[in-house]
Amino acid sequence: MFTETPMVRRKERRERVAKTFFAVMAAAMVIPVLLIVGWVVLKGAPAMSWEFFTTNPRRGGTEGGIWPALVGTVYLIVISLCVSAPIGVLAAVYLNEYAKDNWFTRIVNLAVVNLAGVPSIVHGLFGLGAFVYAMRFGKSILAASLTLSIMTLPVIIASTKEALSAVPRSFREACWNVGASRWQTIWRIVLPNSISGILTGVILQVSRTAGETAPVMFTGVATFTGVDGGLFLYHLKEQCMALSMHLYYIRTQASGAREELGYAIAATLLGVVLLVNATAIIFRIYLRSRKKW
Amino acid sequence: MTPRKKIEVDNLRLRYGQKEVIHGISFDVHENEILGVIGPAQSGKTSLLRCINRTIDFTPSAKVHGIIKVDGEDVRGVKNVYELRRKIGMVAPLPVGLPLSIYENVAFAPRSAGIRNPSWLDAHVEKCLRQAALWDEVKDRIDSLGTKLSGGQQQRLTIARALSHQPEILCLDEFSIAIDPVTTMRIEDVLKELKKEMTIILVTNLVQQARRLAARTMFLWNGEIVELDTTEVVFSEKPRDQRTYEYVNGIFG
Repeated sequence: MFTETPMVRRKERRERVAKTFFAVMAAAMVIPVLLIVGWVVLKGAPAMSWEFFTTNPRRGGTEGGIWPALVGTVYLIVISLCVSAPIGVLAAVYLNEYAKDNWFTRIVNLAVVNLAGVPSIVHGLFGLGAFVYAMRFGKSILAASLTLSIMTLPVIIASTKEALSAVPRSFREACWNVGASRWQTIWRIVLPNSISGILTGVILQVSRTAGETAPVMFTGVATFTGVDGGLFLYHLKEQCMALSMHLYYIRTQASGAREELGYAIAATLLGVVLLVNATAIIFRIYLRSRKKW
Repeated sequence: MTPRKKIEVDNLRLRYGQKEVIHGISFDVHENEILGVIGPAQSGKTSLLRCINRTIDFTPSAKVHGIIKVDGEDVRGVKNVYELRRKIGMVAPLPVGLPLSIYENVAFAPRSAGIRNPSWLDAHVEKCLRQAALWDEVKDRIDSLGTKLSGGQQQRLTIARALSHQPEILCLDEFSIAIDPVTTMRIEDVLKELKKEMTIILVTNLVQQARRLAARTMFLWNGEIVELDTTEVVFSEKPRDQRTYEYVNGIFG
């Protein structure tokens, strides 16, 4: 009894091999992250200065700063999420909490899945037709943000539904049993306990919104625009610059641009995404600390 | 004197999709009695309770036929289904502490009904927790989470919540399935007290529990009532149906 047989030794050896293998794979994830971030920041550092962040580009972007592009990217992220997050969350609440399993729900779910699979360049063409021409917004921040909203909406719906369905059904039944309506149940039990999961889904879309070039280059992002000195910097019906587009332009079209300029723009793009995400993540940690089960 | 009928069920049929799970049952529940409902799993006990408080509505595939009257009013015609559910306290087999404080667990139902008065709520929460024999254990940590309580305490919390909307009928669905025998006995004592104020339907898989508490006992099997009689008859050597004798004596099937 309890003696070490060859079978046991084999078993334990395999256990060690498996554990090492999985650990190496997990560690492998860290390497590209460090390389990308480190490389971009190191190469870009010489070009970054206060002036770089706060002035307009000059001489076809080869000199001056990236201020309009920085502001433009923040505008696109904020406006598109202001549209897609509420609509997405409300739609997901309907689909997960109210909708019965009928043909209408099935068509909506099918549409969500298919919309999530549409390539971003196709979203760009749709935005051009729908917002720029049909709704007469012209090439503008508004049209570009709405195009990005359409792109992120299905993913937000899917991730929100996932977060909602993680709340046990027994909670809902307990509420119904004591005479609470569906809405009272959703507002007081379901949403407070799924909000951190819902936020995770939204956060992931921030980086997607910031990084996409294809959907916005037809619909509202210009190669060069200045920002006026007004309070809001851009108007909704104006075109704007965006970091992603600016990066693409500087590295492929502008002749004579210094190499570190591209890296500096990339580092700024990373910084913006990290900043927006960090805010949301801190908020999520706060909410999670209040999670009740 | 015949006792007043609190609930009247007439030829109730329930289908989930194509599958009929309750095949036309009829019975009455008298005011201020404990009606024991016994029967093996899948015999339709839980579904029956869900028909009475109409939470069966949340199962889209369920189709109900027949008449269920509470206080003489057909539940399927009521205009205020929330009022109906408040009239019926429901305790589920597994304790469900809502992810709220102990206080808010009990105040949930009155709040849902629109009651805001803090002093009334304070007094009411204490009363319900006392009735459920939980007050002494939790009075010092009333603002801590209900989900952190032990299983037996959570089940008493569930009972306190079921009492919080001042029901006239209390339905207990196998409430002792997840709790220890000592707690079970305490709750059984609570039920004997509550019987004076309300009508109790006690669904149980412990036949001896029905024998201890119920005035009348119903044996439900495969969606049909095999026998409904006073508890003495059901548990006697000669119930009307041979299957009843075999089930209560553990020699069934």
